[in-house]
Amino acid sequence: MDALTLARWQFAITTTYHFFFVPLTLGLSILVAIMQTVYYRTGDETYKRMTKFWGKLFVINFAMGVVTGIVQEFQFGMNWSEYSRFVGDIFGAPLAIEALMAFFIESTFLGLWIFGWEKLSRGVHLATIWLVALGSNISALWILIANSFMQEPVGFTLRNGRAEMTDFLALVTNPHIFVQFPHVFTSGIVTASLFVLAISAYHLLRKTDQLGDFRRSFQMAAIYGVIGTISVMVVGHSQAQHLVEVQPMKIAAAEALWQSEAPAAMSLLTIGNEPERRDVFAIKVPGLLTVLAYNSFQGEVKGIRDLQAEYEQLYGPGDYVPPVAVSYWTFRIMVGAGIVMALLALYALYLVLRDRVDRSPRFLSLLGWAVLLPYIANTSGWFFTEIARQPWIVFGLQKTADAVSPTVTAGMLLFSLIGFTVLYGALMAADVYLLVKFARQGTGSQAPAKPQTAPAGLAAGIYSK
Amino acid sequence: MIDLNIIWFILVAVLFIGFFVLEGFDYGVGILLPFLAKNDQERRIVINTIGPFWDGNEVWILTAGGAIFAAFPHWYATMFSGFYLPLVLMLFALIVRGVAFEFRSKDRHPTWRSVWDWALFAGSAVPALLWGVALGNLLRGVPIDQNMTYVGGFFNLLNPFALLGGLLSLSIFTLQGAIFLSLKTEEQIMERAVAATKKVGPVATVIVFLFVILGYFLTDAFTRLGVNPGLIPIAAGGVLLAAGWFIHQSRLGWAFIMNTLAIVFSMITIFMSLFPRVIVSSLNPDWSLTIYNASSSPYTLKVMSIVALIFVPIVLLYQGWTYWVFRERVGRHSALEY
Repeated sequence: MDALTLARWQFAITTTYHFFFVPLTLGLSILVAIMQTVYYRTGDETYKRMTKFWGKLFVINFAMGVVTGIVQEFQFGMNWSEYSRFVGDIFGAPLAIEALMAFFIESTFLGLWIFGWEKLSRGVHLATIWLVALGSNISALWILIANSFMQEPVGFTLRNGRAEMTDFLALVTNPHIFVQFPHVFTSGIVTASLFVLAISAYHLLRKTDQLGDFRRSFQMAAIYGVIGTISVMVVGHSQAQHLVEVQPMKIAAAEALWQSEAPAAMSLLTIGNEPERRDVFAIKVPGLLTVLAYNSFQGEVKGIRDLQAEYEQLYGPGDYVPPVAVSYWTFRIMVGAGIVMALLALYALYLVLRDRVDRSPRFLSLLGWAVLLPYIANTSGWFFTEIARQPWIVFGLQKTADAVSPTVTAGMLLFSLIGFTVLYGALMAADVYLLVKFARQGTGSQAPAKPQTAPAGLAAGIYSK
Repeated sequence: MIDLNIIWFILVAVLFIGFFVLEGFDYGVGILLPFLAKNDQERRIVINTIGPFWDGNEVWILTAGGAIFAAFPHWYATMFSGFYLPLVLMLFALIVRGVAFEFRSKDRHPTWRSVWDWALFAGSAVPALLWGVALGNLLRGVPIDQNMTYVGGFFNLLNPFALLGGLLSLSIFTLQGAIFLSLKTEEQIMERAVAATKKVGPVATVIVFLFVILGYFLTDAFTRLGVNPGLIPIAAGGVLLAAGWFIHQSRLGWAFIMNTLAIVFSMITIFMSLFPRVIVSSLNPDWSLTIYNASSSPYTLKVMSIVALIFVPIVLLYQGWTYWVFRERVGRHSALEY
């Protein structure tokens, strides 16, 4: 494989891996903060145990997000030096601001929260977890402002052979950020709620001795999940409508819409012939795509072939069509997983309201598996967003092929790619091991200490909690 | 005339200095972990001396990276792609280090703990060494062509001067860690830390002077700073000797301050001898990257200056407060549950 292909793989692997951890951080930080707030106001020990239990899982997940995030800060320069030169004047700013405004807050206050239970007053200690939640979500905002520039470049001019910022306000109020940030923010809520529902379901199913704690967690997560899944669909829909305007090729690829149609049909299932850009077999609902795109029965949705012709006029000869099958399926997997999660959350809330959670073992064991759904949806959503923008790295301005570092050879990339993959694989094993272990252990004290071959002087009590 | 390019050069220098000052002892503690802590409880105590701080300290380098990207995109692009393999190693180290802090105590199995303790050691030692190598190369110059592209290989970066720079940062950080531990621990660990300062101190001092002598022959730092280099480089040597004297006198609070100042003044000296260049080309002086040809547009620099002016003081305030909250020594009687 050539250096460009390897660099793309490396970016895909490291970034996808990083984003396994981010949504849970975004959503769970808020939920833990809410739990601790209830504890602060009521003094109910249940909420203290819940805060500590979910907080421990949060910290394990957070650590993985932080360390894989270091790679993100450096790899634009390492692997995409020509990209960094071309858009650094704009793209570097939100990254630096993210570090200054958000990374410092989340890392400093998480340290205070973890070690500060006995050292800080209750109010100040509560404030630290809210600041962690705030910092994490501000961090997401700034990195998405950077990503939004890649999707929809604004506030710049082409000068000195690069894109230079002319309007910072335009950059941070990019229309794209108003649909993208809410989508990521709410997907964080969804991820956290499914995570909490699944682990609570595990305990409720096994009737472990902390039923009260997990009933309460289940209730909170069910409400959180309904709020999250409904809003993620609403904002996702408006994001798609926005893309019809600014990245029509992305929507055309998502729908495998080869020709422009007015009104356009929506595909339920398409088997396509990608090289010839035509359907082999398709089931479609007439007019539905237009309705979804414009909230109206009239309006043209542009197709791949017409857009290709249009872009050749605009940008010169070249292939401007992203991988259609990948776009089509990742989009459907994301939406499908979202719908299933909404149904699960609604049913969970229904059981809570009917007080029937404990008597629904089959649903509870189903929820245990449903923890995979948010991860599938988050990953396929980003695959779609980034792959269906190709061949562009910055839409309309720079192609991915022109962005790669000329000095980094295929051999060097092979070394780093293998290194990252092996290291990340090992860390994933350790991470899942710990999460499963603590999730099973529950909110109480640790299981009675088995006298392992522990070093002398180890006082078991010290390590409890 | 001070312009925004100069201000951003200074700001990047400040971020690097902040990073080396804070993360310096932090790395040192990780490096000393296997040598000063003899059992699991002692290892926990040693790690907990930096437990609440290390993550916040590490953000300094992320912010420095972000600031270089925002203010000097060509510096960011050339340095990070040019130093590719060392950076990959650094990333591997930082990744296992960060995870080790959170994971090591979450399982009791001795193998599990031993693996993460060694990850913490390696994850601290490798970056401590590589930062010095990187600075040595920046000072000495690396092959940069007229297109701001690094045209050397991996082994160009492993020249004797840069490697000595690596040993320098490794030894200074280890010393700083030893002094820090002697201030933050009690009983046997403290005694061992004090003993370590007396062993590492002289080694570090010798390496510093070797580096200065070699630097005289291999870099243009001396010609640029002149025969009389001014107050700061001389002060850098002075405070280092003072640190040695205080260590000898076992007045470790003062030793910590002096060693910190030694790091600060040496970093300022390095940035002064670079100025206004950010990467020196060993092929042709005209091809060096400077704060002018590598920078962002004046508009971006202005925006970023306003942002920095607001947020840097806030960060300093709350990070300082963290150190105040956790100012006590960590010992057997401290809460070690984490």
